[in-house]
Amino acid sequence: MDRTFDIKHYRGFFSITCLCLVILYGPLIIVMIYSFNDSVSITNWGGISLRWYVEIFTGLESAKFKAAAWNSFSIAIMAAIVSTVIATAAAIGMIRGGNFKGKFASFALISLPIMVPEIVTAVATLIFFSTIGFKLGTLSILVAHTVFCIPFAYLPISARLQGIDASYEEAAQDLFANRWKTFRYVLMPIMWPGIVAGFLLAFIISLDDFIITNFIKGAGIETLPTAIFGSVKQGIKPNIMALSTLLLLFSIALVTLSYFIGKRGEANQNTQQ
Amino acid sequence: MTSAVSLHDVRKDFGSLTALSDVTLEIEDNEFFTLLGPSGCGKTTLLRMIAGFEGATAGTIRLFGDEIEHLPPNKRPVNTVFQNYAIFPHMNVAENIGFSLRMLGWTKLEIQTRVDEMVEMVKLGALVDRKPSQISGGQQQRVALARAMAPRPKVLLLDEPLSALDLKLRQEMRTELKRLQRDTGITFIFVTHDQEEALSMSDRIAVMSDGKVQQIGTPFEIYEHPNNRFIADFIGETNMLPSIIDTVEGFNLVCQLEGGQTLDALANCDNIPGATGVLSLRPERLSITKTEPTGKILKGELGDRVYLGTDTQFIVKLSAELNLKVRMQNSFFQGANYKTGDTVFVTIADGAARFLVD
Ligand SMILES: Nc1ncnc2c1ncn2[C@@H]1O[C@H](COP(=O)(O)OP(=O)(O)OP(=O)(O)O)[C@@H](O)[C@H]1O
Ligand SMILES: [Mg+2]
Repeated sequence: MDRTFDIKHYRGFFSITCLCLVILYGPLIIVMIYSFNDSVSITNWGGISLRWYVEIFTGLESAKFKAAAWNSFSIAIMAAIVSTVIATAAAIGMIRGGNFKGKFASFALISLPIMVPEIVTAVATLIFFSTIGFKLGTLSILVAHTVFCIPFAYLPISARLQGIDASYEEAAQDLFANRWKTFRYVLMPIMWPGIVAGFLLAFIISLDDFIITNFIKGAGIETLPTAIFGSVKQGIKPNIMALSTLLLLFSIALVTLSYFIGKRGEANQNTQQ
Repeated sequence: MTSAVSLHDVRKDFGSLTALSDVTLEIEDNEFFTLLGPSGCGKTTLLRMIAGFEGATAGTIRLFGDEIEHLPPNKRPVNTVFQNYAIFPHMNVAENIGFSLRMLGWTKLEIQTRVDEMVEMVKLGALVDRKPSQISGGQQQRVALARAMAPRPKVLLLDEPLSALDLKLRQEMRTELKRLQRDTGITFIFVTHDQEEALSMSDRIAVMSDGKVQQIGTPFEIYEHPNNRFIADFIGETNMLPSIIDTVEGFNLVCQLEGGQTLDALANCDNIPGATGVLSLRPERLSITKTEPTGKILKGELGDRVYLGTDTQFIVKLSAELNLKVRMQNSFFQGANYKTGDTVFVTIADGAARFLVD
C-alpha cells in the first residue's frame, strides 16, 4: 500500500473502529448467546440449552410464529419474484433502450423510493389502499412489498447489465436470434448473477420489513417482524432471541450466497477479455 | 450479374455529426473487399449499416439486388466477425460456433456435423469443450470466425479482426483468411486501418477518409496510381515534393520543383500550366548513382542514411529545403562507397512520378 495514505497511521482510528463494531455487533452477539440460555430470565445465565428453539416450534406461541413465518416467506418469495422481473425489464429499458425522452426522470422515479422515509410510504400506502377500497390482508402486503422491493432489486441488476458489453447482444442478433432469443440465450445467462443478487436483496428486504407491513397488514395477519414485535410488547422472553437468531442466520446465509454468486459472475466476465 | 452488396449515395448522421456521406460502392460476389482508412473515418459505421445495426440517414443498401433497409440484423443473410470477437462467455467453443444454427432451428445432428466441419476448417480441434476464457486471443479469433461462417452467409463482415493479435499471428492469419475466403467463395468485406494488411489480402480496396470513399481499386491501382494526396500519403511511404506545372501534354506533364529542377510526371486529371500541387515519388522507385545516367534524373547531395536490414534508406538533399527519401536494396548495392556529402544522381523509374493536385 502507498505509504502516504495508510489509515493505520491516523490516531484514534483503532478505538473508533472498535467502538463502532461493539455498538453494531455487541447486541447481536448477546442475543445469539442468550438464545441458548437455559433460564427464563433474559439477563441471568443458567447454562446452555436449546429449549427456546424447541419452544418456538412447540410452545404456546408456536402456532402464531408458524403462521407468521409462512406469511413472511410466501410474501417475500412472491414479492421478490415479481419485483425482480419488473426490475430486470426496467434495467434493460433504461440501459439498453437508447436515449429516450424522460430517461433521467425514469431513473429518479425508480430509485427515489429508497430515499423516501419509510413511515411516509407506509402512511401514504395505507391511505391509498383505503381510498380505493383495497381490502387489507395478505394481498395488500404482497402488493406493497413488491412495489418497494423494485428499487432494491434494480440496483444490482442494473449494475451488472451496465458492465455487459452490448456487442454480445449484437452478435446474437447477427447470428439470427430474435429479440426474445437474444434475451433468453445470451443476455439473461450473462446477467444472471445480477438477477440472483437482485432477487435475494428484494427477498431479504421484504422478509425484514416492519413499518410498512405493520400499517397495511390488516387485523389478524402477522408476518415474522410484526409477530416478534407483538410478542416483545408483552415482555421479552428468550424464545424471541432464539427466533431472532434463526432469522439472522438465514439472512447471513442468503447474503453470503448472493456474494459468492456475484463473485463467480464477475470472474466469468473478467476473464472474457 | 448483380453485385453482392451495393450502396448508393449512402449517408449517415449521428445528430449533427456526419459519419458517412456520398458512399457509393459495388461489391462483387466472391470478392475480398477491404475498407481501409484511418481511425474515425466511418469504417465500422458502414459495416454496421450493412449488418443492420444502424439505419442509413439517406441512400439505399442492396444485398444481391434486394433492398434490405427494413430487415433487422437477424433477418439478413450476413454475418459479422466483431472487433472484440464478442464470443459468448457462458458457452463453450462448440456452443458458440453452433449458436446461429440453433437459432435457425437445425437439428442436434445437423448442428454437430456443421460444427465439426467448422472446427476442422479453422483448426480448433481439441478446444471444442473449452470456455472462451480458457483459450488464447488467437484461438478466440478463430472461434469468432468459425461462428460467423457456420451458417454459410453470402457476405461476411470482418471488423479489424486481426488488430488484437501479435505481429507473427497476424501475418499467419492473413494467409489463412485469404485461403478461407477463396475456399468458401463467401464475399468478404474486411475493415482495417493497416495498409499492409489491405494490400496483401484484398481483391479491391476502398480507401476512406472523413466519411467519404476516396478511391476504389485493386491494391496495385491504389498503390501505384493514387487519386489524391491523402491516398498517396496514407498508403505506403512516399516523397511529396511541392511543384508547379511547366507544360501539359494530355496527362504528361513537366513539373518544376523548388530549387529549379524539372521532372516529367503523370497526372490523373486535366491540368493547366502554372497550377500547383505535389509530386509523389515512392522511395523504392528511385535509385541513386554517382555517375550521371541518362533519362529522368534529379541531382542532389547525399545526407543521412538509415540501415533497415533488407534496404538502406538514403536522404538526398535536392535543395536547401527539399529532401528526397530513396530506398536501395542491400543485395547488390555498395552502400559503403557512398559518403555523406557526395553529389549523387537520382534516377526515377518510368511512371513513378505522379502529380497530385492539392
Ligand atoms: N453511435 C454513435 N453515436 C455518435 N457518433 C458515432 C456513433 N458511432 C460512431 N460515431 C462517430 O462516427 C464516426 C465514425 O466512427 P466509426 O466507428 O465508424 O469509425 P472507424 O472508422 O470504425 O474508426 P476505428 O478505426 O477507430 O474503429 C466517428 O467520428 C464516431 O465518433
Ligand atoms: Mg471501427
